[in-house]
Amino acid sequence: MRSENFPVVEVKHLCKIFGSPGRGLKVDSPDLLEQAENNGAICAVRNVSFRVNHGEVFVIMGLSGSGKSTLIRCLSRLVEPTCGQVMIDGEEVTNMDEKQLTQFRRTKVAMVFQHYGLLPHRTVLENVTFGLKLRGMKVAEREEAARQAIQLVGLAGWEKQYPAGLSGGMQQRVGIARALVQDANILLMDEPFSGLDPLIRREMQDELIRLQEELRKTILFVTHDLNEALYLGDRMAVMREGAFVQVGSPQEVLQHPADDYVRRFVQDERRITQMVENSSKPAVVRSLDKARSLSAS
Amino acid sequence: MFPEFLHFHVAESIDLFVKWLTVAWGPFFKYFSNFILGFLIHIKDLLLFIPWWLWISGVGIISWWQTRRVITALSLMALLMTIGLFGLWTVAMETLAIVLTSVIMALIIGIPIGVAAAEFRQVSAIVKPLLDVMQTMPSFVYLIPALMLFGLGKVPGVIATVIYAVPPVVRLTELGIRQVSSSIQEAALAFGATRWQLLREVRLPLAMPSILAGVNQTTMMALAMVVIASMIGAGGLGEKVLVSINRMAVGNGFEAGMAVVALAIVIDRLTQGVARHWQPPEGISK
Repeated sequence: MRSENFPVVEVKHLCKIFGSPGRGLKVDSPDLLEQAENNGAICAVRNVSFRVNHGEVFVIMGLSGSGKSTLIRCLSRLVEPTCGQVMIDGEEVTNMDEKQLTQFRRTKVAMVFQHYGLLPHRTVLENVTFGLKLRGMKVAEREEAARQAIQLVGLAGWEKQYPAGLSGGMQQRVGIARALVQDANILLMDEPFSGLDPLIRREMQDELIRLQEELRKTILFVTHDLNEALYLGDRMAVMREGAFVQVGSPQEVLQHPADDYVRRFVQDERRITQMVENSSKPAVVRSLDKARSLSAS
Repeated sequence: MFPEFLHFHVAESIDLFVKWLTVAWGPFFKYFSNFILGFLIHIKDLLLFIPWWLWISGVGIISWWQTRRVITALSLMALLMTIGLFGLWTVAMETLAIVLTSVIMALIIGIPIGVAAAEFRQVSAIVKPLLDVMQTMPSFVYLIPALMLFGLGKVPGVIATVIYAVPPVVRLTELGIRQVSSSIQEAALAFGATRWQLLREVRLPLAMPSILAGVNQTTMMALAMVVIASMIGAGGLGEKVLVSINRMAVGNGFEAGMAVVALAIVIDRLTQGVARHWQPPEGISK
């Protein structure tokens, strides 16, 4: 839908350094990063700028240590950015005081974590209502909302269980329900499916696509898995050593890798696609032969 | 020999300070002392008000409910029975009253300090060395200031016991809170938890097993100290032990000692059972 094409998330020149940038040096512009690094600071996010439109799934892909998790945490200031600007829904997150920030986290964004982050001493229902409880919503009201979200992620009937009794995939469904129930426009997902085994992962990816068709959220999705990025992303960014190497649609990245780094990444993917294409014919022929010989005997 | 002109004593100044305290703050200590004594007597009356058979069967039922094991329940009942058989029931209840009073005070002081130490680095930096000193100081030393400020009797016994028993619960409260998984805390923050909400909803409940282990340790320490506190007239089982030592009455000493051990085991098992109930649930429950 064209009318929805306005940026909901806008990030300008975001940087994050860990460690001391050297005495007396205040890194307030990306130009000072090099100097800070020479003084022993570690640069996790390096002058990153991007926009995400309403209803879009934007995937940030990179290997571990590329700064992608730090970047997504900077958006809700779970990690305090060193410099740069984050605008979400027209509000400047990087300028908020403590109170505004709490309010912002309670209503505007919801996050899903790789390690689920569920409370072990609370039931599924209580975990899903957690965010609403923090807001001070009444019990009946928040449980009603939570039951709907639990239904939506296919966990109806499991409300009274504790997280330890659930498989990884189901725990992450609880994590997703907890995020959905917030009714926030923006979902931040930090490698939500990385801890799951491949079959469950694919199932969860399909589930996310289904939910997204229904709910039309703006999703920022972090992953180290190229397949996942290609499968889920409307647009994707490839991250390396804290910087964006390429931003574009999955097709663009696959067909026109911006540099050698991205090319090496997508090579395997292309090879697999080719292998599948080449092998599909003989495989079909083989199975047909097998079927024939079986019916003949 | 260490040269005499280098000698430097603090003993005299400490004596003077304590003397000043007893004079200047006398009424305060008096009031405080009466308050604790009143509390202690109420607890003792309550403990003695419950008939012995109700005590023993009560412990048995609670133990069975906690562990579902008949043998554990029966052993604990037998241990309590032994105390009665030795004719030490009333004295043991006296000891238990001092222990309970001391533990309640130690928890009221210790848990908030532990929480504060986990929340604020500065508090932790001050509290840690203090706890080290408290734990390495010979326990007899605590008796001296308690004795000077409160005189002989049960109250100084309680005070000395509180000082001796408070470190484990402080330490384990702090440790428990610090060990709460950072990914769970991060999730809570991401959903807009304030610092206070984080503490109440996440850190404290998840630290509960560790805090209760601290309560258990504190109770055990209190029981050990109450025996020593009999030296300044706290009474109870410790006094029986002390008298037996003075009279070289080995048999009597053994009986009183056994009663202390019996009390210790029963208290330990029951508090551990409570701690187990706070472990986060595992597996599927219907």
